[in-house]
Amino acid sequence: MAVAVGTRSLTMAKAISEAIAQEMERDERVFVMGEDIGQYGGIFGATEGLLGQFGPERVMDTPISEAGFIGAATGAAAEGMRPIVELMFVDFFGVCMDSIYNHLAKNTYMSGGNVRLPVVLTMAVGGGYNDAAQHSQCLWATFAHVPGLKVVVPSNAYDAKGLMTEAIRDDNPVVFMFHKGIMGLPWMGYFEGATVAVPEEQYTIPFGQANVVREGSDVTIVTLSQMVQKAAVAAEELARDGIDAEIVDLRTLVPLDTETVLESVRKTRRLLVADEDYLSFGLSGEIAALVGENLDSITLRSPIRRIAVPDVPIPYSRPLEQRVIPQVESITDAVRALVATSLS
Amino acid sequence: MATKTARPIDAHAEPTKEQLLWMYETMLVIRQYEETMVNVYLEGKLPPNIQQGLAFDIGSGPVPGEMHLAAGQEPVAVGVCAHLRDDDTVVGTHRPHHFAIAKGVPLDAMTAELFGKATGLSRGKGGHMHLFDVEHKFSCSGIEGASMPPATGAALAAKKQGRDSVAVAFFGEGAANQGTFHEALNLAGLWQLPVVFVCEDNGWAISVPKSASTAVASNAQRGAAYGIPGVDIGENDPIAVFKAAGEAVARARSGGGPTIIEVKTDRLLGHFQGDGEVYRPKEVVDALREADPIPVLAEKLRAAGIDNAGIDELHERASKRVDDAYDFARSSPYPEPDEALEHVFI
Repeated sequence: MAVAVGTRSLTMAKAISEAIAQEMERDERVFVMGEDIGQYGGIFGATEGLLGQFGPERVMDTPISEAGFIGAATGAAAEGMRPIVELMFVDFFGVCMDSIYNHLAKNTYMSGGNVRLPVVLTMAVGGGYNDAAQHSQCLWATFAHVPGLKVVVPSNAYDAKGLMTEAIRDDNPVVFMFHKGIMGLPWMGYFEGATVAVPEEQYTIPFGQANVVREGSDVTIVTLSQMVQKAAVAAEELARDGIDAEIVDLRTLVPLDTETVLESVRKTRRLLVADEDYLSFGLSGEIAALVGENLDSITLRSPIRRIAVPDVPIPYSRPLEQRVIPQVESITDAVRALVATSLS
Repeated sequence: MATKTARPIDAHAEPTKEQLLWMYETMLVIRQYEETMVNVYLEGKLPPNIQQGLAFDIGSGPVPGEMHLAAGQEPVAVGVCAHLRDDDTVVGTHRPHHFAIAKGVPLDAMTAELFGKATGLSRGKGGHMHLFDVEHKFSCSGIEGASMPPATGAALAAKKQGRDSVAVAFFGEGAANQGTFHEALNLAGLWQLPVVFVCEDNGWAISVPKSASTAVASNAQRGAAYGIPGVDIGENDPIAVFKAAGEAVARARSGGGPTIIEVKTDRLLGHFQGDGEVYRPKEVVDALREADPIPVLAEKLRAAGIDNAGIDELHERASKRVDDAYDFARSSPYPEPDEALEHVFI
């Protein structure tokens, strides 16, 4: 990861709000809408400071009317604005999915490419703090599944800033999903690896470029978001046992960097997909299929393995939640089992 | 425990002495419950016993996750539920404890659920925002605007089944800007269902004041759009709520269709525990405490001839109920981790 020496360390929340602020300064068409994004600065801090800097005309608190204001973002974008609109939790998508799935995602296509929808739809994802089934989901595969939405899922502050700037400048709808557990909030447990050096100047990270955050030779861990940080901790532990893991941070699901995944698995010849979304019909199956479809150029040493939420809603109680959300230990256990299993 | 005999139904009248006592005691239980939770919730969440660098850890302690408390909003719950029977349905909100307590949800099992214990209402699967008590016909949701459609459906079921039970949807003034509010009111008005929509206007949708979120002064006005009578109660007074709800529940029960009631109430605590409340000055909250509805109702009890000893007895009984429930929850076991895999289907 190319980080300029001597730059400040920022939380992911601050990196996101800085990216938005700099782009708002550069482009007056950019404005922000959402619940509690003004004075409160966003429940997870992604819009902190924007109201003071740009005022209520460009940083608009909305009523609790997601179908309305996300639909309005689509309409405003079609008329030349560049809205950034926050859905407080991804879990709240249920009330506004028509605005997202049937309009934001499809109007460009249905218009034969004539309708331009430069909307960034931000949302908090992820569990691990016992907020139960309606406030802990990831659901990125749900958004990546429908054609027409780019899906961005950063794992650290540096990537978040570059990807957010890229997202705002993109002429297509971009879903930008930030995991609560890596935002650097002072009120939630965190992973240190997400708060990193971030240049003050603007920069972009192109979509569709996965990042090999740790090189290794024994196994490829394909992952994203907070799970990248869990995988980094797991990889250090595995290294002590002589297992050298390579970690591929996907960074964007749409577009998906298939080449980096395939190159890595060609090299290590083992694949673990570590996901925090539901197991079935999702990201982990997609990556497994990608590798499966390329077995003419990959010689696996072990069967493909996946860890994810085992197709149950996220339960509230701590021992139950920890059972279903993959932990660092889930990764180390899965990798050890993977390395110990040969193809027959 | 509230029982049916403790709250005889006399719809159009002022509350009887017995009903006043029930409302007062239930308000005490709610307040005691919520104020106990303020402290319990903080256990294990503050330095130095949390991850270094944090000021607060939402995921730690015996009751992790978000916590939305209803201190100050008791009048809405008791004024409405005083008219309800066990076979009436209540659908609450993400801030559900006062409704659940007033509807008669057992305190032990509810508290154990908040602690994530195996003795909880849902064996720890739901937690504070997702309480389900089939026996007492209570449920709630962490999603804004999620109460009106299922309450409408419960009323539809009662009508189809020829029962005279009613349904109540509680919701905040913020949630009244969801599409579900408007769709459910239209259905209920169209089909003349036995449902009462009760809006708790505490003035704040997290940090957004009602004046910045709602195009009309009162959601009671919105009933007119759906042919539903609307009642606006501008004070946080359980007796005013009682009278309006009595008429609404009687109308619903007798086949007269839905009503919407909006009550101006006060949220004495933050949106969630840990909320710095940057959006409202401390003096505003202090002023709300000056108008606390509990001492106001105590005065009315005295005027009705209840002496101080009688009032003290209610306080003691409320405290004991709450203390017992917290003790029960603390001493209960956690579920086995693999229970997480059960109950997706039955």
